[in-house]
Amino acid sequence: MADKARGKGFKAGLLHGLPIGMGYLSVSFSFGVLAISLGLNWWQAVLISITNLTSAGQVAGLGIMTSAGGLIEMAVSQLVINIRYSLMSISLSQKADSSMNLPSRMLLSFGITDEIFGVASGSGESFSRRYFTGLIVLPVIGWTLGTFLGAVIGSVLPQILIDSFSICIYGMFIAIVLPVCRKDRRIALVSALAISFSVLFYYVGFFDFLSGGFASVLSAVIAALIGAIFLPSSKKEADQDAG
Amino acid sequence: MPVKTFFIYLVIMAVTTYLIRMIPFTLFRRKIENRRVKAFFDYIPYSVLSAMTFPSILYSTGSMLSAAAGTVVALILSFRGRSLLLVAVGAFAGALSVELLMMFLH
Repeated sequence: MADKARGKGFKAGLLHGLPIGMGYLSVSFSFGVLAISLGLNWWQAVLISITNLTSAGQVAGLGIMTSAGGLIEMAVSQLVINIRYSLMSISLSQKADSSMNLPSRMLLSFGITDEIFGVASGSGESFSRRYFTGLIVLPVIGWTLGTFLGAVIGSVLPQILIDSFSICIYGMFIAIVLPVCRKDRRIALVSALAISFSVLFYYVGFFDFLSGGFASVLSAVIAALIGAIFLPSSKKEADQDAG
Repeated sequence: MPVKTFFIYLVIMAVTTYLIRMIPFTLFRRKIENRRVKAFFDYIPYSVLSAMTFPSILYSTGSMLSAAAGTVVALILSFRGRSLLLVAVGAFAGALSVELLMMFLH
């Protein structure tokens, strides 16, 4: 069985994590700027980033903290915004190979983000503990460092650079999805469906009550459900089951 | 906000987010056999990334024009099977050049 990820170790993971880290540097930069503008210290912003490693959840958490919201409100909002990670965790759990033992799972699950999930999923039919460890190093550093830089020097860099930097992360998503779509028509169909729902939710005023992050997750889940119902099996799955 | 209050918020935030990731990754270790459920989890990575990218990518830079330029560069480079890093940098360069062009034309 051709398994691209089998030979992939720490170094390959590190390399794959580089664009994610770069993207995170710019995204978390704006989080740092935001945290300071809401009255936090730089070390508080950095602590939030290094312990949470998530964009939408952190921004929501920041809002609750600074408006003296309730503790239950904090927990529930994080649960709702970040519940997508549970889906990703289950999906990734299927792809982690036998080197991923219980302590590694407990430790490394901390690094599951949208982008790390996307890259790890796209890396082949399975991935190792070393690969996944390498993959999360630079994103964690980028996310933390970006927050620090944003908090400390946010007002100095030209806006035009910060603005253009944010597209990196989306470029990376395209680089993950498009090659797979070319090879697998079913994934192409489901992806196109997900985009259709996402565009619909974005532009049709009726759906304004859905927040940005939640609308994406909802689009993705509906598309994947439709795919699962109408296009349930393939040869690739049969191979995986046998292997 | 008192430092103690900050830490209480921080712990609740971090622990909730961690458990959401850790519990499924640790407990769902058995391979899924059901064809439909399995297909769902095969599709989810790509449908999530697709929905997160469009239409948000068009609003990710200073203007829709520069974002569109970056998107086109990313699409072409990915279609040719270039690496993640190259596609990301290409999208950035595409967007930045249009932003700079617009700045000089104004």
